[in-house]
Amino acid sequence: MSILVSKQTKVRLQGLGSAGKFHAAQCREYGTQVVAAVKPGEGGTSWEGVPIFHTARDARAATGADCSLIFVPAPFAADAICEAAFSGIPLIVAITEGIPTLDMVRVRGVLKETGARMIGPNCPGIITPGGCKIGIMPGYIHKPGDVGVISRSGTLTYEAVWQLSAKGIGQSTCIGIGGDPVQGTNFVDCLELFARDGATKGIVLIGEIGGSAEEQAADWIRSNLKGKPVVSFIAGATAPPGKRMGHAGAIIAGGSGKAEDKKKALRAAGVTVVDSPADLGVAMAKALGR
Amino acid sequence: MNVHEYQAKGLFREFGIPVPQGHFCRTVEDVRRAYAALGGGTVVVKAQIHAGGRGKAGGVKLARSADEAASHAQALLGKALVTHQTGPKGRRVTKLLVEEGLKITREFYAALAVDRRRGGPVLIASAEGGVEIESVPQEKLLKEPVDVHEGLRPFQARALAYGLGLSGDSAKQAADVLANLARLFLAKDCSIAEINPLVLLEGGRVLALDAKVNFDDNALFRHPDALALRDPEEEDPAEARAKEHDLSYVSLDGTIGCMVNGAGLAMATMDIIQHAGGKPANFLDVGGGASKERVTEAFKIIVEDPSVRAILVNIFGGIVKCDLIAEGILAAVKEVKLRVPLVVRLEGTNVERGRQLLKESALKILAATDMADAAKKVVEAAR
Repeated sequence: MSILVSKQTKVRLQGLGSAGKFHAAQCREYGTQVVAAVKPGEGGTSWEGVPIFHTARDARAATGADCSLIFVPAPFAADAICEAAFSGIPLIVAITEGIPTLDMVRVRGVLKETGARMIGPNCPGIITPGGCKIGIMPGYIHKPGDVGVISRSGTLTYEAVWQLSAKGIGQSTCIGIGGDPVQGTNFVDCLELFARDGATKGIVLIGEIGGSAEEQAADWIRSNLKGKPVVSFIAGATAPPGKRMGHAGAIIAGGSGKAEDKKKALRAAGVTVVDSPADLGVAMAKALGR
Repeated sequence: MNVHEYQAKGLFREFGIPVPQGHFCRTVEDVRRAYAALGGGTVVVKAQIHAGGRGKAGGVKLARSADEAASHAQALLGKALVTHQTGPKGRRVTKLLVEEGLKITREFYAALAVDRRRGGPVLIASAEGGVEIESVPQEKLLKEPVDVHEGLRPFQARALAYGLGLSGDSAKQAADVLANLARLFLAKDCSIAEINPLVLLEGGRVLALDAKVNFDDNALFRHPDALALRDPEEEDPAEARAKEHDLSYVSLDGTIGCMVNGAGLAMATMDIIQHAGGKPANFLDVGGGASKERVTEAFKIIVEDPSVRAILVNIFGGIVKCDLIAEGILAAVKEVKLRVPLVVRLEGTNVERGRQLLKESALKILAATDMADAAKKVVEAAR
């Protein structure tokens, strides 16, 4: 079992640039079903045996695709996400980095209206090891298993997964929710799904400075999560206030969003918070008694 | 992207938010002319730097004569102003704003920013202005969510104005100011639009005494007018150079230079260095799709930083391949001499090839097995 995506998931690619093509090919190699691609002006042709459609609606109607993977460049990404949502697709994974914040605010309105769920933007995507990879993460570091991973960061997630796999601890599903201030799916959404997933026995939650998503996660965990240990690391404890640390969302502003406050809130909710990112794997092994 | 107060006030005027009469000055002579143009009396000389806390740091001065204004200008221009936001080195003042002095009866606070929890912009106002907003208790803050399509609705603007304790025509003026501030925020893709303080003058006029505008970097592509307000003098030279090469770089005050891929891993690397007893000299994310040239440039920026006593390269190759990173480092050390110890931790895609390339080179490299080992080695090397 897993959450959101599995071997059965049928992916539609939006954004046929070099990055989109490269990563879609990697996803297929991993075993993901890529059933359609969208490129206005090239409908009726194909890419590597995958049929191309002018519009997302046509692609969904013809192939039954149920997840859209978006690589469209930032200035046009919001429109592509809206196109995906109005095509009736239930799940959208937006990899694109650098989408204007107010575009995402408008997109959220559309997601609400259409009921589509979006992961990202500015994220590595989602993977159910051994089943389906929809994103840009290196597939080979993952291992099927029973720990769910949720993270605001890309490579730091790989680091955590690597440590887990090295300890023989596999993953049920790993989700990168992205590093932007306004997102489609947040920690609490993912925690709810993992809490309900029978195959997930423990959860790794990787946060970072900025915003209050970790504090909200802590609140939710304290009152809702039973019997599944959570191990967490918050990146940016040593970051100076007022400086954007790469991600648009990773900034300590007006005295809020500090790593220390997030760690405190999570610890108070019974979460094992490690101060060194090198201790994530060990801490999860210990929490699961392995 | 941050802009100066005088530039933010230019935007305010454009959007119908009243501001004091004022003149932008670069020299003492400019200031004398500004004093005369304002018709004499009391004026305010304000240092223009990209940092808050100017008032407390002595960057805002009252003058009652042309000579006094000139002497304040003389004292400020060319000098570094140290505020709680500038760091110990401060910022060199090269620009001034000279404004009319006004008789103020009350000060308020108003600002827009994106509330992540709501996933949309919110207007925050407070009857306690002119102070650090963080110090105002939550229950004294008035908040109205701003619809991205509709802006601040008239009823919301009225509610805020009356909530601030204003009445009559002053309340109407304040409501207009707030609605226009929201209009500016949405039209220009701001990340912050702040008036602190918004003031009520003797006689009932309402105006923005100070102005702060930050733009969303991701939206600058569609706002060439905003991009034109950029002031390279306010940027750290290494940070500006990094930006040209699409690198995300922040200079810090430690001694260990870091080159990492991915923002989260880069922050985690800074944290683990500190955990091991060292201090990072920078945050540097070479990004997801780094080319060899970008890696070379990144490495050169670190090597050329005189405060760096040891370097840590921490790469988890996903999209970025480890052999490309190795090639980038080797190309960089051909151009600039590596004079400090180098610790490298490589993992992920093409890791064997990357390690091999570094091993075969003449470079003296301390190889690390994992993040903890890397941090320990680089902290020792920097001692």
